[in-house]
Amino acid sequence: QSTLVVAEHNNETLTPITLNAITAATKLGSDVSCLVAGTNCAKVAEQLTKVQGVKKVLVAQHEAYKGLLPEELTPLILATQKQFSFTHICAGASAFGKNLLPRVAAKLDVAPISDIIEIKSPDTFVRTIYAGNALSTVKCNESVKVFTVRGTSFEPAAVDGGSASSEEVSTSAPVGVSEWLEQTLTKSDRPELTSAKVVVSGGRGLKSGENFKLLYDLADKMNAAVGASRAAVDAGYVPNDMQVGQTGKIVAPELYIAVGISGAIQHLAGMKDSKTIVAINKDPEAPIFQVADYGLVADLFKVVPELTEALKK
Amino acid sequence: MSARVLVGVKRVIDYAVKIRVKPDHTGVVTDGVKHSMNPFCEIAVEEAVKLKEKKFVKEVVAVSCGPQQVQETIRTALAMGADRGIHVEVSGKDYETLGPLQVSKILAALAKKEQADLIILGKQAIDDDCNQTGQMTAALLDWPQGTFASEVNIEADMLKVVREVDGGLETIKIKLPAVVTADLRLNTPRYATLPNIMKAKKKKIANVKPADLGVDMSSRLEVLKNIEEADAGGAVQTNTEGLSSLVMEQTLRPVKSGSAPSPIQTRPM
Repeated sequence: QSTLVVAEHNNETLTPITLNAITAATKLGSDVSCLVAGTNCAKVAEQLTKVQGVKKVLVAQHEAYKGLLPEELTPLILATQKQFSFTHICAGASAFGKNLLPRVAAKLDVAPISDIIEIKSPDTFVRTIYAGNALSTVKCNESVKVFTVRGTSFEPAAVDGGSASSEEVSTSAPVGVSEWLEQTLTKSDRPELTSAKVVVSGGRGLKSGENFKLLYDLADKMNAAVGASRAAVDAGYVPNDMQVGQTGKIVAPELYIAVGISGAIQHLAGMKDSKTIVAINKDPEAPIFQVADYGLVADLFKVVPELTEALKK
Repeated sequence: MSARVLVGVKRVIDYAVKIRVKPDHTGVVTDGVKHSMNPFCEIAVEEAVKLKEKKFVKEVVAVSCGPQQVQETIRTALAMGADRGIHVEVSGKDYETLGPLQVSKILAALAKKEQADLIILGKQAIDDDCNQTGQMTAALLDWPQGTFASEVNIEADMLKVVREVDGGLETIKIKLPAVVTADLRLNTPRYATLPNIMKAKKKKIANVKPADLGVDMSSRLEVLKNIEEADAGGAVQTNTEGLSSLVMEQTLRPVKSGSAPSPIQTRPM
């Protein structure tokens, strides 16, 4: 038995969810290899050799891997799989992993398992269905198990103390049906949503994109990330990369403050594993109060500035 | 352009329904429960119909896999503007174990049969939350994929796709034929008007079986058990002072993992 973790990175640094995926991989009880593909990713490979639990780092560098397109990475992973005969292939359940691994699985003619939250045994996984309203335990009888890992369900692997070997693998021939053009990343000085200790999220109750400033001011007082419900994204208040929920990001911070969010099941799916949940909503019947530890039935336009002010002291 | 677009539409339990797991843990209760088209599939249909209205494509074909009832979902797509439907009949045991891999094989086979130039699907179904079918269909056809699309533009034989990624947006260019999966902001699906619903009744829905397409329906995934997530207890009510001391405590002191928040000024809601 051996496991391949496909690393996500930007040629400079490893994306944190890869560390969660490595932890999941080590739970399978067999050797863990990491594949780093990129245009200039020696630095990331170096970082990975120190991560605890990683035995071997496989490096593939080629111009074709610019933007980590699935059309180009899939043949590489298949060739690597052929060479090393991994029993498991996994990655983080991020936009990257979700885009790539099903493509790999289909080429191997195996059914992948998305967004696992627990490993029962090397062939049995737990995942959520119906926006987290039910947990499904799935036994995978495929020859190769392909899965993505929910970051919030596994601790990140330690980034030092490991001593993996590193080797180059041969690159695949460019496929050339896709081209990565550009990315526009949301710039923010605040912590990243999925790894922040505190998250403040806003919903339709905020009434406009401008009013999210109330949340930014509050968030800055406690070094929090700012998220949003799908309703707020739908209404055009904020970009989709802020969405917390079933089809957005899954977060599990120490403290989650839901402001003006009614608590549709689709939103709860993305935040109910937070350690402490606080809800501010003027509607006492809002379902968010069912999952919250603390509730404040009040007008957010009054309470949020008050709270920001109180935290200044 | 005389392109043909295939759109996959899935019949799911309506997003507003609170699901219940069957007492034997084999699945969820579906009898007597409201079903609708998966919301992301609606966005996919809308995008295909828009491409037709802009004359980028000539024909929109809506496909659904499942028992007789999925024809209602296909009718909805037809009422939104799809030209014809294909009902891939899957029932009984095969329907219970129907997953994204089998659906991808069906869609890939149909794409070849229908000589489709583009397949548009929702990025994810809200029942199994798999987010796999588009990627796998593209793989089986060796077509490129533009997943989680928030903007799609056709430029000659290329598609320019703006994609929703974790930190923002990215733009890629892919060669046609291709598979696109729709994210939330791609468009706002139209409501079917009564005249269009009436018109849709006259549109044709072809019936095929997976065997006709040479698709093996066996599944190597076994669901051992489904359990319902327990409902939480509900909130205790607090006020601004209580909240600010809670926040102070949580942000200034290292929090012991798993520890309950300390009691603050509270009363039961």
